[in-house]
Amino acid sequence: MTAVKNKDFLKLEGKRFFSLDKLMTVLCYAALITVVILPVVMIFYYAFWDGSKIDIDMFVKVLTQQGNLKAIKNTVIIAFFTTAIATVVGVFFAWLLGRSDIPLKGLMKFLFSIPFMIPPFLAAMSWDMMFSGRGGYVNRLLMSVFHLSSAPFNINSVAGIIVIEVVYYFPFVYMQVVSALERMDPTLEESARIAGAGQLYVIRKITIPLTIPAISSGMLLILITSLSNYGIPAMLGFSQNIFTLPTMIVELMNRAGGSFEGIREAAAMSIILVVVVAIALWGQRKLTSRGSYDIIKGKSMRPMLIKLRGAKYPLLVFSLIFLLVVVVAPIVMILLISFVKAYGLPFESQNMTLANYRRIFVGNIMVSDSVKNSLFLAFSAGLICLVLGTMLAYVVNKIKPKGGTVLEMMAVLPYSLPGTVMAIGCMLAWSGAFFGITLYNTIWIILVAYIARYLSYVLKSSSAALQQVHYSLEEAARSCGASHMETLKDVTLPLIKPAMISGFFLVFLPCMRELTTSILLYGPNSRTLGVAIYQLRINGYITQAAALSVVTITLIIICNNLVKFVIGDRRRK
Amino acid sequence: MNKVELRGITVHYGEHAVLEDFSLTVKAGRIIGIVGPSGCGKTTIVRSICGFINPEKGEVLIDGKLVYSKTGRVNVPPELRRIGVVFQDYAVWPHLSTYDNVSYPLKKRKTPKTQIPELVEEVLEQVNMIGYEKYLPSQLSGGQQQRVAIARALTTSSDFLIMDEPITNLDAKLREQMLVEIRMLQEKLGTTIIYITHDQEAAMQLCDEIVILNDNGSIAQIGTDEEIIKKPANRFVFQFIGVSNFLPTCIKGGKCYLSLDEEILLDDNIPQDYPIGKTRALLGVRPMDIVFDDNSPIKAKIVQATFLGNIYTYFISLGKEEYRVQRIATGETDDDKYREDLTVGVKFVNVKYFDMEESV
Ligand SMILES: Nc1ncnc2c1ncn2[C@@H]1O[C@H](COP(=O)(O)OP(=O)(O)O)[C@@H](O)[C@H]1O
Ligand SMILES: [Mg+2]
Repeated sequence: MTAVKNKDFLKLEGKRFFSLDKLMTVLCYAALITVVILPVVMIFYYAFWDGSKIDIDMFVKVLTQQGNLKAIKNTVIIAFFTTAIATVVGVFFAWLLGRSDIPLKGLMKFLFSIPFMIPPFLAAMSWDMMFSGRGGYVNRLLMSVFHLSSAPFNINSVAGIIVIEVVYYFPFVYMQVVSALERMDPTLEESARIAGAGQLYVIRKITIPLTIPAISSGMLLILITSLSNYGIPAMLGFSQNIFTLPTMIVELMNRAGGSFEGIREAAAMSIILVVVVAIALWGQRKLTSRGSYDIIKGKSMRPMLIKLRGAKYPLLVFSLIFLLVVVVAPIVMILLISFVKAYGLPFESQNMTLANYRRIFVGNIMVSDSVKNSLFLAFSAGLICLVLGTMLAYVVNKIKPKGGTVLEMMAVLPYSLPGTVMAIGCMLAWSGAFFGITLYNTIWIILVAYIARYLSYVLKSSSAALQQVHYSLEEAARSCGASHMETLKDVTLPLIKPAMISGFFLVFLPCMRELTTSILLYGPNSRTLGVAIYQLRINGYITQAAALSVVTITLIIICNNLVKFVIGDRRRK
Repeated sequence: MNKVELRGITVHYGEHAVLEDFSLTVKAGRIIGIVGPSGCGKTTIVRSICGFINPEKGEVLIDGKLVYSKTGRVNVPPELRRIGVVFQDYAVWPHLSTYDNVSYPLKKRKTPKTQIPELVEEVLEQVNMIGYEKYLPSQLSGGQQQRVAIARALTTSSDFLIMDEPITNLDAKLREQMLVEIRMLQEKLGTTIIYITHDQEAAMQLCDEIVILNDNGSIAQIGTDEEIIKKPANRFVFQFIGVSNFLPTCIKGGKCYLSLDEEILLDDNIPQDYPIGKTRALLGVRPMDIVFDDNSPIKAKIVQATFLGNIYTYFISLGKEEYRVQRIATGETDDDKYREDLTVGVKFVNVKYFDMEESV
């Protein structure tokens, strides 16, 4: 018996240092501190440390500059109106599709899913081609048809930015509300109708209040996204010197050209942006935390559909026109421009050519590099996030170490931090500040930033799957003679494989179309697709930018369908 | 020989104490039932034995060998403890076929490849699952998944099984059948089985020895089914193992009275099992042990009478309370003479006395 004891004693001693649980926990901490915390710390360091002491003069300096104040004002105005208008539009369509008897729902639902596939800056670019002051195709058409002396629309304005953001972000609210409506107990509405309440009254007093949690979480998404968005204001605002906080930060960073003062200015602005986002989050929570809503049942039910009667076809026509303009028009526009000989020429057969595609693919090293870089980055970021995120999910959900919530908070922090801020943090952290590691101007710094930004996507998808894997399934393997490692390999990972695959694509797809972080981090040899399109556009190669956009969208659609196929295939099995 | 020995096991979940200084010895080659209400800590006992949790205090011995000791810093990992476990929720791996589920322990124990099919076949035969080798769990019924779980536990160890509420999710008929099969299996293989359940009837039917747990996870009584039925250790056990009636009694002048609105003499002496030193106690009696007897001074009114199968069930009111009475139909013509609203005399037989203060 003593022999047994000694042997086990040794085993236990060994476990103290090499337990798989501990190893994974430590790895997660190390990874998150490196990828998330160091960049955040560096921003604070630069904003508050003037080289010898703590100092807040930089904030005073930043906040007294007219341009910066204007940018803050623009950011807030754009975010406020975008959120308000997009919410109304989103709720309207959610109700129309979720609760009314409008026809062609399938078609409309499909159209709603398209904006998610097109990068926002591409959509903005397309709208710019249609409605920019003098040159926009649609503007010119209207001017010639109605004999106007000036352009009827000017998209290069704060209002223009708001309109495009609304068009692009209302599906956030729409999606949330539709799924809430689908889970809502229809008897609540029915009983009100039976009690004699009119249709509008029921909508106002019952349906809307009951969907408030969904509306509010959709609003929150819009608010954060709008505050931190770079692509749309950059595409539409730069030409008229209209800046928002994110575009201003990038501008400051570019102007700084590596000077300490300039970087500190950008860091201070980053902190101001974070503060604005935090205030928005807080205010939004304050607004919606009143009252509790206990009406959503888990089960999906077939709700009673409200008859639109005479309003049916007018509403249908209106909706279809809206969706066509908002969703289809930008794609068609980009497609047409990509085939035209020169920007501004009418779309007539003698003006059409394939030359733009030839130019970007043959002999344009920047473009071919960007395709390669984006594929490499999206693939590696997807893979690393897959491994790290799943490990993190396992630690948080199964091992539950003491600081588990800290781990989780670290992982989701970049989700609410604007991409611009994250990028600046990475730049400051990996230009030799730690261990002499300099990744600046290489593709690796973009990879690190992507990992930080998208890690939480895999964490969420793997966590949800892991919560379905009951403890006893793993314990059964242990009692059958499998070690902890073998249990992971034989039971846990196979069970969450579908979620891991979809987690990979949840990272892969946004990386393919990323602009916000890469525009700050790219170097001469590490341009991404987003950067390449942006630069082609800014430098006036508009038709080539359009061609590359078409290529990008095609790539994204192919990958997206691949995901659906892979996941759907697994489900069927 | 002792198969398992738990010594002073203590487990808390946060502030909530599940097991407090819990000790238990299980002899080899028998079926021992651990019975207790839901949430009393049965699964926690299983998890401590198997090594899925590390108790804050105490020791676990299997086959006389120390496998866990907090103070001795011994902790043999679960995979080396060689216990076949049937989990409460089956825990059959949904991504593996019946064959792969059942052969998994053999692969992990490095059984020669050529022997595996034969061994799996043998075990599947024992649980009547031949022909289902290629099925995935989602294609099997609950009862069949249960059998796969048992088969898998058997390939892990035909020597020591722990079954945690293995048949609660099955329908009554299948339950009956599974109990018989488990018993036959045990007799054939001489397996030691720890059978966990909250169903005292199944435990009494199956087990050689029964451990009844209190709500707080402590042991209320250990014994054979006969001992537990005849001599329940306390009111909790009495109530737990069957339908029970309790009536207040008191002792006055060396005599035992039923203390309702008025006091009615029950016994000229203090009953033997009357709680020592107490003047008040509860009388516990089963429905079958309340007998109608017109000569009895205790009068009750029949509130409700129903007839089901060959059993009459009555509710009688006595004092302020209602009690349940059962009587087997004798087949004679006056069987149904006890009707609702009739006042009858009642007598109590096979009574037990329990402390009043004991909390249940
Ligand atoms: N992982 C856990 N965390 C917190 N409490 C738990 C956990 N597992 C069990 N408990 C609690 O411990 C008590 C005993 O649980 P368990 O042993 O599963 O009971 P039984 O198997 O007898 O129904 C219950 O009150 C349960 O809520
Ligand atoms: Mg249990």
